[in-house]
Amino acid sequence: MIPRRPLVLAAAFAVLQVAATIAVAEIPADVVVMAKQIDDIVSLDPAEAYEFSDEEAIANLYDHLLDYDPVHPEVIRGALAQSWSVAGDGLSYRVVLRPDARFASGRKVTAEDAAFSLRRIILLDMTPAFVLRQFGFTAENVAQRIRAENAATLVIDTTVKVAPSLLYYVLTSSIASVVDEAEAMAHAQDGDLGHRWLAFHSAGSGPYRLKTWRPGERYVLDAVPESWGGGAHNRQVIVLDVPEPATQRLLLMRGDADYARDLDKDQMAALSRDPAIVFDRALQAMQTYFALNQRNPFLRRPQVIEALKYLVDYDGIAKGLLGGTRVVHQSFVPDGILGADDGTPFHLDLARAKALLAEAGLGAGFDVTLDVTAGAPWLDIAQALQASFGQAGVRLSILPGDEKETLTKYRARRHDIYLGEWGSDYPDPHSNAQAFVTDDDMSDAAPLHTLAWRNSWQDANLARRVEEAEREGDIARRAILYRDIQRDHQHVAPFVLMFQDVAIAAHRRTIDGLVLGPSPDHTLYAGIEKRR
Amino acid sequence: MRAMLSLGAKAALTLFGLLLVTFLIARVVPIDPVLAVVGDRASSETYARVRAEMGLDRPVAVQFGRYVTMLAEGDLGQSALTRAKVADDIARFFPATLELATVATLIGLVLGIPAGVIAAARHNRWPDHALRLVSLFGYSVPVFWLGLMALLLFYADLGWAAGPGRLDPWLEDVVRPRSGLLLVDGVLAGNGTVVLSALRHLALPAAILGYYSLAYISRMTRSLMLEQLNQDYIAVARAKGLSETRVLWCHALGNVLVPLATVATLAYAQLLEGSVLTETVFAWPGIGRYITGSLLSLDMNAVMGGTLVVGAVFIFLNLLVEGLYGRLDPRLR
Repeated sequence: MIPRRPLVLAAAFAVLQVAATIAVAEIPADVVVMAKQIDDIVSLDPAEAYEFSDEEAIANLYDHLLDYDPVHPEVIRGALAQSWSVAGDGLSYRVVLRPDARFASGRKVTAEDAAFSLRRIILLDMTPAFVLRQFGFTAENVAQRIRAENAATLVIDTTVKVAPSLLYYVLTSSIASVVDEAEAMAHAQDGDLGHRWLAFHSAGSGPYRLKTWRPGERYVLDAVPESWGGGAHNRQVIVLDVPEPATQRLLLMRGDADYARDLDKDQMAALSRDPAIVFDRALQAMQTYFALNQRNPFLRRPQVIEALKYLVDYDGIAKGLLGGTRVVHQSFVPDGILGADDGTPFHLDLARAKALLAEAGLGAGFDVTLDVTAGAPWLDIAQALQASFGQAGVRLSILPGDEKETLTKYRARRHDIYLGEWGSDYPDPHSNAQAFVTDDDMSDAAPLHTLAWRNSWQDANLARRVEEAEREGDIARRAILYRDIQRDHQHVAPFVLMFQDVAIAAHRRTIDGLVLGPSPDHTLYAGIEKRR
Repeated sequence: MRAMLSLGAKAALTLFGLLLVTFLIARVVPIDPVLAVVGDRASSETYARVRAEMGLDRPVAVQFGRYVTMLAEGDLGQSALTRAKVADDIARFFPATLELATVATLIGLVLGIPAGVIAAARHNRWPDHALRLVSLFGYSVPVFWLGLMALLLFYADLGWAAGPGRLDPWLEDVVRPRSGLLLVDGVLAGNGTVVLSALRHLALPAAILGYYSLAYISRMTRSLMLEQLNQDYIAVARAKGLSETRVLWCHALGNVLVPLATVATLAYAQLLEGSVLTETVFAWPGIGRYITGSLLSLDMNAVMGGTLVVGAVFIFLNLLVEGLYGRLDPRLR
């Protein structure tokens, strides 16, 4: 017969062991875990990536040629480049690279790598290609126009004369991420310049290399031990795909995540009572607006356009509904980008709106629909608009839908009013000026479906002034031109710009160092460190 | 042999019908699938090129024909969203759902059947009322809410359960994936830390889904048992002096096993489709989230591949339960 007492003691000991293991299950000190919604990632190849989460990952895997200071956006500084200049003709640029930069592979970063990286964007012709095409590059001419003069000097010959700062700002963005040509080409298949391999691997000079990206689950970045830029203060960063903000909050509360990146107003309110949690905040180059389709006979009337701008409770929505996740911003260049204008000429003014509607012959109001993505905070904003519009007799019917469904309708120009957001493609005012102002081709075959195109709106005067600002060589004068354009645009354009996004990262007091840039491609993990 | 061929033909026809219906439904969804690939900013030129590459410039019948031909060659195609082969995606996402659904169904069976039997035996007394209350709660409370509340209580407040995800994130990739079932892979690798972490993470979502299975299985067991307990053979068994335990658990329960097997199989199959809301709340990378995410972007290869797997699972489970009937009921042998 087996004695029972030792068995019972052994079982009790095993239970205690298990309990002890549970108690010590915590994130290692040199590993950073973030909870974030990352299901927008399509690819981690800089020639293809164009969503928020993939650009953020790429910013930590690759270095850009140039960089800029969001607090003083007119200050452009070197990243991989140590100097840059433009010839007197305004068409030929020379970028000299630093001699000490190295890829994670240990190879030196050369001008040929930089030329290869820019050329493949044009040759692969994926979404980011349009940014470089505006300088006149094509698949046929790019080999001659973007080339390495020697190991250190990159030459860029544009065919279109633009403000040099425009090209420089483009070189601060994700598409100017320099790829290790030898590494990429070692994995190239069927002439894809390494595209299929780079979608899931990295070949950059940033402080991390990509260990894993599993769509729908996570990406994991391993620090490069001898990174040329000084290296990361942590060994590994794990970014988990956690779509639900409430779940992110719980992970943070329990210490199973160091950062929660997509908390909504309610989750932040709950966490703000916890003294162990702090919030990092940074303005983002992302704006919330609604657009009035000029194909609608009511929305085409100038008085209606202006009246609707007076029918928004900007402060009430920002403070009451959005809880600090957005701030009021009423012009198309966001704060943190050259030429931003902080003026807020519009506020809720029922009397003025009613007078304008009466002047438009619509004193009795009218019916109109609004397409919006279902879910917070979009529906909340839509309902607030419905309430304030209703006070002036504008009967707003809200049509909620899936994000891609409403976007499909918007791009097909089948909406009345569209409520959504827009982010700058690169940190230059021309990016949004092009989107919100210019479109000389209103046909279905137009090369770019800008926001002006989507709302069938043209303004020849503003378009001409945007072209002038695009070419202005003096950076200070350029900033003034864009401010002037925005002040006029605010009053006549069928866009009601309301808010600018604030990126918020909640974390425990014992960890710090995340850099939240004005855009995802300037959000950096290398400085994150835990204090014991 | 003929029966096997007939079964195979039926299964193939069912799957073909399923694919056709899914394909046609997807065509009427007002979403542009190219947008999911190129995003909102691409030029018209890039958009047109990608649209052609995806075959969307061809007639719908041609698109469907191309897909079926590809399928016949054993290729599920590539996902436009994850850029991986759909077969690889399914091999990654389905085991997560399989592990969760299996444990949840086991919880439902182990607790639901005895609860149903006891409720029937104590008809209209407090155990029966209690079960009705528990079942009603299970039927009526949204799984999303229940999941969040369970996380708040058992994970955030009490710290009894592990949080969302399948494993502590820093343990990912510690063991080589063989089956994709973390419990199995952890045991095969002899790594107790991974097994324990996987168990802790599985406990809460499995308990939530298990509760819904329990509600369904116990209600059905109760109802089936009540029907049996009114039969003459039960009265005869009692008159012969058999113990109530034997009457209940051998005679009555034995006679409801066939319909109960169908009930359990249906419950299991529903969970194997993937519970999107539970998977979302618990950040569980399962097939439900995969198919839903793909559908909302009209990633057709992924939607069709996922649908095919779910359809195949239904057919397989139906065949399995048909095979079980013979073992459970001598009259059907």
